[in-house]
Amino acid sequence: MRKKVIFKGVALPYLLLLPQLIITGIFFFWPAGQAIYGSFLREDAFGLSREFVGFENFADILADPNYLNAVSNTVIFSSAVAFSALGVALFLAVQADKAIRGADFYKTMLIWPYAIAPAIAAVLWLFLFHPQIGLFGRFLNGIGIPWDYKLNGGQAMLMVIIAAAWKQVSYNFIFFLAGLQSIPRSVLEAAAIDGARPARRFWTVIFPLLAPTSFFLLVVNLVYAFFDTFGTIHALTRGGPGQSTTTLIYKVYVDGVENLNFGASAAQSVILMALVIALTAIQFRFIERKVHY
Amino acid sequence: MATLSLSGIRKSFGQTEVLHGIELDVADGEMIVVVGASGCGKSTLLRIVAGLETPTSGTVRIDGRDVTKLEPADRDIAMVFQNYALYPHMSVFENMAYGLRIRGLPMVEIRKRVAEAAEMLEIGPLLERKPRQLSGGQRQRVAMGRAIVREPKLFLFDEPLSNLDAKLRVQMRAEIRRLQKRLGVTSLFVTHDQVEAMTLGDRLVVMHKGRAAQVASPMEVWGVPADTYVAGFIGSPAMNFLSATLVQGGGGAQLKAGPALPFADGPRPGEDGTKLVIGIRPEHVQHLPDGAGALPLAVDLVEPLGSETVIHGRLPGEEVLVARLPLAAGAIGEVLPVGLPPASWHVFSAEGARLPARATAPA
Repeated sequence: MRKKVIFKGVALPYLLLLPQLIITGIFFFWPAGQAIYGSFLREDAFGLSREFVGFENFADILADPNYLNAVSNTVIFSSAVAFSALGVALFLAVQADKAIRGADFYKTMLIWPYAIAPAIAAVLWLFLFHPQIGLFGRFLNGIGIPWDYKLNGGQAMLMVIIAAAWKQVSYNFIFFLAGLQSIPRSVLEAAAIDGARPARRFWTVIFPLLAPTSFFLLVVNLVYAFFDTFGTIHALTRGGPGQSTTTLIYKVYVDGVENLNFGASAAQSVILMALVIALTAIQFRFIERKVHY
Repeated sequence: MATLSLSGIRKSFGQTEVLHGIELDVADGEMIVVVGASGCGKSTLLRIVAGLETPTSGTVRIDGRDVTKLEPADRDIAMVFQNYALYPHMSVFENMAYGLRIRGLPMVEIRKRVAEAAEMLEIGPLLERKPRQLSGGQRQRVAMGRAIVREPKLFLFDEPLSNLDAKLRVQMRAEIRRLQKRLGVTSLFVTHDQVEAMTLGDRLVVMHKGRAAQVASPMEVWGVPADTYVAGFIGSPAMNFLSATLVQGGGGAQLKAGPALPFADGPRPGEDGTKLVIGIRPEHVQHLPDGAGALPLAVDLVEPLGSETVIHGRLPGEEVLVARLPLAAGAIGEVLPVGLPPASWHVFSAEGARLPARATAPA
């Protein structure tokens, strides 16, 4: 039921769209254009002159072991964040779907972490994992497991993964719960009568029917882990120790803002831009296909 | 092949008791139709047999084995749901094979059984399709097929025809009956449709407010209804109920609408003046053109059905009467002379229970 409003002429429609177009232009297209333009330039050490260098910035960063390290960090970080956030959220949603008493309270509590700012969430985890003052940190050291995320790159990575995934669980939880509640109860009853035990019902009926939701969430989670975790990493580890938690988005910041290497930073931004466009395209295509029943 | 036996089934949801002690014995191969208005507890009863609900008290026995505490999976039953409940992500074949795979049957046997059922239901060409590509009637067949391939001890049907259009419903009704006879599987069929109940069941359970008002064959339920609820529920148009009082020492009734007539089948117990309800089916009301012993029916609605006409009107004393007459008789505003032959009467107490004639006349 789509109502088509017919305007006389084109002036009014464009006028009505103008505010949005201005915002999009100033805050999206202009900076994006600047980034693309900047990625072909190189500045001298004092920032006094620029010269056009073609694709040299891209060639340089792709040959840079630090950049390749950031790529592999990003792959590990993003996949770990996405899968653990999805897994935990699915588990919690299945439990919440079963719970009858206190269900509303349980659901509300699970949604709260989403409302917490990344930096605050990071500080919260800092207090838990700090080797000297953190609850877990002290405990781990107490039972003889040497824990210090400021020295051990693997531990630092584990911590940022946990902190970043924790934030995303709430979002996934809401979608999974909605997905579970849209599965007709009679289908599950039919499966029960057909002889399927709860575990089998989950893997052969519930899980396949949640597939569209899961795929949508996977893309959203990857985008989140790629681009929205700067705050978490910055507050927890600043990309360290060494470069062990430097992801692509963090490296853009380090190279551009701290090292003032604008050309390299711009080239990295352009690569990330291409990536986010690709992910968004996948997601849009998928949403258009909708669910499969 | 199995018997089903329910004893003392009660079910409460919180403070509300929806089943007040249901007793039922189903013979091997019998088709029992549980019929009643919505909210009478019939679906709850079926779900208790399936194991989807636990009764508050009472036992369910299948083939003599107490299954009250067993999971649905362990009861060896199959169920056809009102909304079909097909697995949306599986093909028709996979839908039908699902239960067999869980039971670990060899693939050869699964293919054979599915092929047989598909042929029986004429859904062979649809095996590769997904449920969303099927029409309502086809989905219904697949749901039936999924039940048939299991070769269960018991078929349970939860209003399986109510989502189909009228023509398809009549066709599927006949088909279900034929299949059930052919397979000889003990079946429990829940419906709110009295025509479905009459045509499908070997016996009916007429449910009313969580109780089995009557358990009997369709013709017995129609011919000898146990109370005014059953009498009014089965039959279309519904039975007429007229107020009356007992007279002639129990030998007859004084109708509020007119004459005192003797009972055709013998006297009723009770004192003269006891209030009664006389039921008479619309098709038993007679048109008496010559007027002898007739009651005047002031016609206020005429519904021609072709071969018959349903006439709504009022008798003296503002008693409403519906008559089904075998001709195009009567017009709105006309007064029609009708007869209420005592041989077709159903005599009920004022509380609604059937009052049978005294077995032996007093000496």
